[in-house]
Amino acid sequence: MRLSWDNRWIVPGLLLLVIVAIGLILPSSYYYRVGALVLISALAVVGLNLLLGYAGQVSLGHAGFVGIGAYAVAVLPVHFNVPTPVALLLGAFFSCLVALAIGRPILRLRGHFLAVATLGFGVLVAMVLTNEIRWTGGPDGMTVKRLEILGERIRTPQAWYWIAGFTLVIGITIAQNLLNSPTGRALRALHDSEVAARVAGVDVARMKLTVFAISAVYASVAGSYLALLNGHITPDSAGFLHSVELVTMVVLGGMGSLIGSVVGAAVLVILPQALTLFHEYEHLMLGVFIILIMVFLRDGIVPTLLQRLGRKP
Amino acid sequence: MALLAASGIGISFGGVRAVDDVSFSVNAGEIFSVIGPNGAGKTTLFNLVSGLYAADAGNISLNGESVTGLPPENLAAKGLSRTFQNLQIFFRMTAIENVMLGRHVHENKSVFRHLLGLPSTGRQNRETRDYAMELLRRQKLEAIADQPAGSLPYGVLKRLEIARALACEPKVLLLDEPAAGCNATETAEIDHLIVEVANTGVGVVLVEHDMKLVMAISHRVYVMAQGRMLMEGKPAEVANDPRVIEAYLGTDIQGGEAAHA
Repeated sequence: MRLSWDNRWIVPGLLLLVIVAIGLILPSSYYYRVGALVLISALAVVGLNLLLGYAGQVSLGHAGFVGIGAYAVAVLPVHFNVPTPVALLLGAFFSCLVALAIGRPILRLRGHFLAVATLGFGVLVAMVLTNEIRWTGGPDGMTVKRLEILGERIRTPQAWYWIAGFTLVIGITIAQNLLNSPTGRALRALHDSEVAARVAGVDVARMKLTVFAISAVYASVAGSYLALLNGHITPDSAGFLHSVELVTMVVLGGMGSLIGSVVGAAVLVILPQALTLFHEYEHLMLGVFIILIMVFLRDGIVPTLLQRLGRKP
Repeated sequence: MALLAASGIGISFGGVRAVDDVSFSVNAGEIFSVIGPNGAGKTTLFNLVSGLYAADAGNISLNGESVTGLPPENLAAKGLSRTFQNLQIFFRMTAIENVMLGRHVHENKSVFRHLLGLPSTGRQNRETRDYAMELLRRQKLEAIADQPAGSLPYGVLKRLEIARALACEPKVLLLDEPAAGCNATETAEIDHLIVEVANTGVGVVLVEHDMKLVMAISHRVYVMAQGRMLMEGKPAEVANDPRVIEAYLGTDIQGGEAAHA
């Protein structure tokens, strides 16, 4: 999807409309909870899509940043009396620093090697969270102090649906601003030819580091929201499976499509819930669905459908 | 003072001296062609001059300033640009976005400004786009501006690469076989474009196998064989030099390339 500068409000605007419309008709707390999970996952996936879908750099350890964000709002308020919003910002800042620190050596790697290195990072974070029992409660996880705004504790799924929804709209707007800028063009260029990008004057190493740090911040904020929504957090949030889930959401929805990120997150969060109807065949059905989507919508759900619409105007 | 000067540059890969003790200089507005049989080291020489390889001997200067060992991203900012023998196109981007990327060195690089989507970024995007559109128009490619580059034919992509290289307003332009694989009409257009670019004061270094093109537009021709300079001279001198003919025929029994000359 190519948007010029002047119609850059279309995507965030439509998304806002959809979120509000759905938010007004959902029947119960359960649905709001699922909705909030979709929106929170989508936030992390938008960030990962900048890295993976646009800049073409693989990360199989992105849940590591989700874990940092989640445990920032869990550990800091409980052990250090830091107000939750400050803890969230500190978590995002720390994720950014960690991304810059580990990105410098590992972003030189390409393809499979980068995948394995980032995977190692994710595993490392999960291990630290599991073993630092004194701070994190170990494998059983820990209870997260609820967010309080003006003395009011924010704990209903409804509230988190709206908070996550507005944050996602802002997140998508920011991502789109970035993509429609010199930095955005440079990071998309990396995907196809690093050599040509360098010759055109792009500092490839700096560009990779920039997008890695930005995507880490998205994941961290999503992690904080996840912890605050659930009220409880375990090291699994930073685990390898969660990283793979995020990558699957990017690919399923569409690499290099912001709306695809939301769709990918929606499919992978809602589908397992819907498939519980099939009881013991639930996981089998989920696998079959994912395979079918990848076979018939090879470029991801959103880009493939857009292409088909474009062909038959 | 020469715009681009190399003195005694060389590089080895394994035990092979791919480029050895090569010296040349290119002036503003000049078309300087490098020819030689396959494997003579022409593309390696380009990779050295454009900073993709680091020379293990010799010096390179651009506009009187030593740029030896500088990476390509720094050379771009100093006014050196190039194209590639095997296309290096951003296939996922549109044609015009490919050219817009060529403006990178002239654009603001503040990531925070870009994230916030300030009006100044919008203004800059429009300026960059206008500039890129002008370059496409110059090659009559404006109709395909918003098509994905991945869907365009080879000949168009070759010209798109030249447009991208020109977008940074280079002082020196290295063209690695710009007409390879192009039909006669496209070759004529590229030929015309190169002359036009040189007339604006850009120093053009050209590697090309199409000898008709080389002989027609070059001011000076530099002949390489086995990584070294064989001779340098005006096109007519080079074409009739026995050493040059021998280099082509002696290394390649078919004489495929010499036949064009």
